[in-house]
Amino acid sequence: MARAAQRTRRGGGIRRGEARAGYLFIAPAVIITVVFLAIPVLLAFWVSVSDWNGFQSPLNPRVNFVGLENYAAITVEDGLDQRNFGRSIRNNFYYVLLVVPLQTALSLFLAVQVNRAVLKGRGFFRTAFYFPSVTSSVAIVIVFQFLFLGTGAVNAVLRAIGIQGPNWFNDPTGIFHGFVSIFGLTTPPPFLADGGMLGVSWWEWLSGPSVAMMVLIFLAVFTTSGTFMLLFLAALQSIGAEIEEAALMDGAGPFRKFFSITLPMLKPTLFTVLTLGLIGSWQVFDQIYILGGGAPGGTLMTPAYLLYESSFIDLQWGQGAAIAFILFVFIILLTLLQRWILRDRAPKKRGVAQTAVKGGVS
Amino acid sequence: MRTSQWSAAALAAGLVVTLAACTPASESGNGSSETESLSMLIASSSPAESGYYEDAAARFTEETGTEVEVIIANDLIQQLGQGFAGNSAPDVFYLPWDQFQTYAAQGFLEPYAADLANAGEFLPALQEQFSYQDEFYCAPKDFSTLGLQINTDAWAAAGLTDADVPTTWDDLSAVAATLTTDGQVGLSMGREYARVGVFMNQAGGTLIDNGEVTADSAENAEGLAYVQSLVDEGSLAFPPDLESGWGGEAFGLGRAAMVIEGPWINGAMQNDFPDREFISVELPAGPAGPSTFSFATCWGMPIDSPTRDASMQFIEFLTSDDEQLAAAAAFGVIPSTTSGSAAYAEQFPENAAFVAGVDYAVSPVSFAGAAAVLTEFNSELETFGAANPASILASLQTNLQAAFDSAQ
Repeated sequence: MARAAQRTRRGGGIRRGEARAGYLFIAPAVIITVVFLAIPVLLAFWVSVSDWNGFQSPLNPRVNFVGLENYAAITVEDGLDQRNFGRSIRNNFYYVLLVVPLQTALSLFLAVQVNRAVLKGRGFFRTAFYFPSVTSSVAIVIVFQFLFLGTGAVNAVLRAIGIQGPNWFNDPTGIFHGFVSIFGLTTPPPFLADGGMLGVSWWEWLSGPSVAMMVLIFLAVFTTSGTFMLLFLAALQSIGAEIEEAALMDGAGPFRKFFSITLPMLKPTLFTVLTLGLIGSWQVFDQIYILGGGAPGGTLMTPAYLLYESSFIDLQWGQGAAIAFILFVFIILLTLLQRWILRDRAPKKRGVAQTAVKGGVS
Repeated sequence: MRTSQWSAAALAAGLVVTLAACTPASESGNGSSETESLSMLIASSSPAESGYYEDAAARFTEETGTEVEVIIANDLIQQLGQGFAGNSAPDVFYLPWDQFQTYAAQGFLEPYAADLANAGEFLPALQEQFSYQDEFYCAPKDFSTLGLQINTDAWAAAGLTDADVPTTWDDLSAVAATLTTDGQVGLSMGREYARVGVFMNQAGGTLIDNGEVTADSAENAEGLAYVQSLVDEGSLAFPPDLESGWGGEAFGLGRAAMVIEGPWINGAMQNDFPDREFISVELPAGPAGPSTFSFATCWGMPIDSPTRDASMQFIEFLTSDDEQLAAAAAFGVIPSTTSGSAAYAEQFPENAAFVAGVDYAVSPVSFAGAAAVLTEFNSELETFGAANPASILASLQTNLQAAFDSAQ
């Protein structure tokens, strides 16, 4: 080390050669990023504006530029492609709407519970809650398939308490539709039946997740909350005991302590968990693939599965890539929105004093 | 500092080498070298099927010296797509009827079939099925038709005799109702176009008639209405409602006394439900006469294949009557040649009903782009019972028309 330092000094300025070394050091990462990320993304973008049909390289001379045709086919042109896309967005929207808040709340709850010093056998519970996350989702889906058969274990339990359970994975009824049908509303009112978006009528948009999708939502919450619990747990453990003591001295009860001390201090982790959850649930694919595509009634179809199907099965690679890009932009926008909502705001109500303190500290 | 620079350089160099190694070494690996080797991608329904092809490949190698590598696909269509996109399509592959038109229309296929030595021996209906724009593209591997399977124990228990085997829709309704008991429905079949569609055809309907989309015809509605009536009477239930993955499973488990399936049911029953006693009969005829679907697979070859001659030799070998009958014995499909299918009916009298169906079998609609429309139709069939046949057919008409127009 000493010799190397000497030599550098002899060769000129102390910073000489550092830039070159720096570039060399980042070169592997840059090359990997370019080869495995930038080039595929650019290529996919090219595919989304081309008529490539999956034969040989997308850069071969027979492939033509078609502009926004592929994007138009799934968004503005009436037809099956548009309807499938609209439906997949609806399905996934309800999935995200339920999965993200539920998994975040559950994982936070679990983390707080297993973080309590008074809890006996914490190690056991931590492992138990984390276990579904390390199990292959394929295995879990298959187990769920058996549990949620029409005559499966879940329905057997329901029957024991006098409820006739549905034929879960084969039930395409949207839960909102199911709910309003209790009050005799089975056909859409005209103002909902006529208008619509992306080829799907408002009535269809308002169907809610299907019964089959509810099982997948439950499955996703079950499998991912363990991972996020771990993130919250790490963050919880970095909150010093003295802060809690201080809160205790100030007379905060457990709820007040949680909402005024713990939760604000977990904000960066909360952002991470929400973002990861949002991205993950907009890209749900493997469960759908294992369950054999969009059945029942196309209510399990998600954009990620649809893009697979239009590319590999229907050989509409351009449309598949277009779906991927729309999904990509959509996820980015949602993440930005969420970041904006969770941004650090200067406290307003007890303004002056606190801002002054904050300024003083930083 | 020096050491770190060197190691960084070494790391970068190593990475470049690794990446270079990932690209294919040579483009023309299987040119016209003396001992050629072929790759064959198949989808296997059972160990019997893959076992047969491995043996057949070995026999072919013995005969000609050409090596054949048999690859068994987990997901045939996905692996084919990957192969074509990566410029490494298999030399010979299974191509199912519902994908043929799409692949031919996209220019993926070599139209070699007319040049085969045995090109004229294939059943005319199959030649037509695997022709695109009047050119015979790929050799039919084998085919199957749909028949009606009857659980003979349930049949006897319901007091039915050979004379009661249904030949008309009315007969079918009657025996299905008789066979329906607690825990057993009379009839089951997949809730999909590939099954329900035969009833539409039996009523005289078609989806495409002389270049016109006729999905919303009265005949098709009549066919669907008949199926609906069976559902309403409780004598027809679809496999998901019987806790089964497909019709054969419901049949094997004894939850359905009759199913509509093809010759593959024999192998499936042998593997999974060896105790199930059953017979296969022709489908009952509808008001417009008998009709069934024929499903076939052909031997696809990628366009401009460098191994065209060797592949054709291999395909000729596989489609010879001897090999096709051996395949039939192994896993129950019907040979695709006129003489082969006749010999098959003689050798396997229990499958005579499937061969008899050839006379009036039609291929399901399968032009490029139709697959997505039929998937949509299948998912609308799930609301069967809630929606009326006319509205299901109306949306089928719209979608099929759009796909048909863009396929022209």
